[in-house]
Amino acid sequence: MIRLEGIQKHFGANHVLKDINLTVASGEKLVVIGPSGSGKSTLIRCMNLLETPSAGKVIVDGVDLTAPKAPIEKVRESVAMVFQQFNLYPHKTVLENLTLAPILIKKVPKAEAEKSGLAFLEKVGLKDKANSYPSQLSGGQQQRVAIARALNMKPQVMLFDEPTSALDPEMIQEVLDVMVDLAKDGITMVVVTHEMGFARQVADRVIFMDEGRILEEGNPDHFFVNPENNRTKLFLSKIIRAH
Amino acid sequence: MSGPFAGFKWLALIRDWSVFAEGFAYTIAVSLLALLLALILGVLFGVLGTSQWKLGRNINRIYVEFMQNTPLVIQIFFLYHGLPHLGIVLPVFSVGVLGVGIYHGAYMSEAVRAGIQAIHRGQLEAAYSQGFKYQDAMRHIILPQAKRMALPPLTNQVVSLIKNTSVLAMVAGGELMYQADSWASTSLYYGPAYIVTGLLYLIICLPLALYASRLERRMEVRA
Repeated sequence: MIRLEGIQKHFGANHVLKDINLTVASGEKLVVIGPSGSGKSTLIRCMNLLETPSAGKVIVDGVDLTAPKAPIEKVRESVAMVFQQFNLYPHKTVLENLTLAPILIKKVPKAEAEKSGLAFLEKVGLKDKANSYPSQLSGGQQQRVAIARALNMKPQVMLFDEPTSALDPEMIQEVLDVMVDLAKDGITMVVVTHEMGFARQVADRVIFMDEGRILEEGNPDHFFVNPENNRTKLFLSKIIRAH
Repeated sequence: MSGPFAGFKWLALIRDWSVFAEGFAYTIAVSLLALLLALILGVLFGVLGTSQWKLGRNINRIYVEFMQNTPLVIQIFFLYHGLPHLGIVLPVFSVGVLGVGIYHGAYMSEAVRAGIQAIHRGQLEAAYSQGFKYQDAMRHIILPQAKRMALPPLTNQVVSLIKNTSVLAMVAGGELMYQADSWASTSLYYGPAYIVTGLLYLIICLPLALYASRLERRMEVRA
């Protein structure tokens, strides 16, 4: 589904990603963890080419996005992203946030986009907020709308870039619940998060990143019970104590 | 009774009211067309000034700095006296629309640029992540939000633009200031002529200025 081959990323003198090779299978739930500055956000942002790798290939569904004249916009229609800061469109109502791209980009008829949009709002428990504006919602509600907005593109892959990191503690669970629910469907998910409970519950595979490299990967049982890498152990001991 | 504001001078002005009405209409016509041009240039160059494309940003800077740092009068003189030497003779009405429009387009592009830059980078990223191309993201996501930010400074620019059409009086523009001035220099009734003319500018500009400050206050409340 998504294949990263020999990805390097430099920001000026910073070498943020160092020879990343990673394949995400169709339907897989992959969770990426690691300390801040480890490159995990840059990694997930390479998957839809919000960041252009300095070297290496990003192949989504057989299409090499790093090739010249690659149909990046077309591929992004099926690779939705949920951001840390929600990034809802503040000048549009909740329902318009959900229907704007399907109507303009995918050319879905308006009535159809609204119908499916309302269904997804119901799925995230916010159907009654369809005509509100994002600024009238709490952080947790905004993030649930952002998830519904991503879903209304009917994507094959959902990328989550620290979806709960900007939320007040009491709102984290409502967003995680929606994501757990979503994971039961067949959709491919890549999630950058610090929520270890979520990782254990839904991940098929967890990867641990530090200093631009993937240091360890495995299924969550192995990963949380018997981590091998010393830095993974150190990171997990810190973060689990903190929770 | 005599003096600069003697009653008979006012009566003469009222008798010749059509001179002022003509100038007033001409000023409004030049202003509207120049405003249209300035807005188009403002949006185009404002967007250019925020683009990833370095040449585009440079073009924006050259336009803005050149227009903002030379007097409008010289730009008008160039169009009116200079261009004919290059074989281009423009009617004075077009000189007004082009001169004032291009001049204020530079100021408006700065307001548009500031408005775009005030929009969080995440908005463009969200649009990209949904498959928007740059132009579509600008049109549907960024510019509608930037418009709210840019509206108060743009409205202030409209006020300046209307007042600045009076520069056309220096090239026999036919607008309000010119009509008033030529009427005054024939009749020598300068007092009433300039007072009425000032009031006519005030009638259009003051409501706009008040509107702009109301917009500004509303923005502060929202922020």
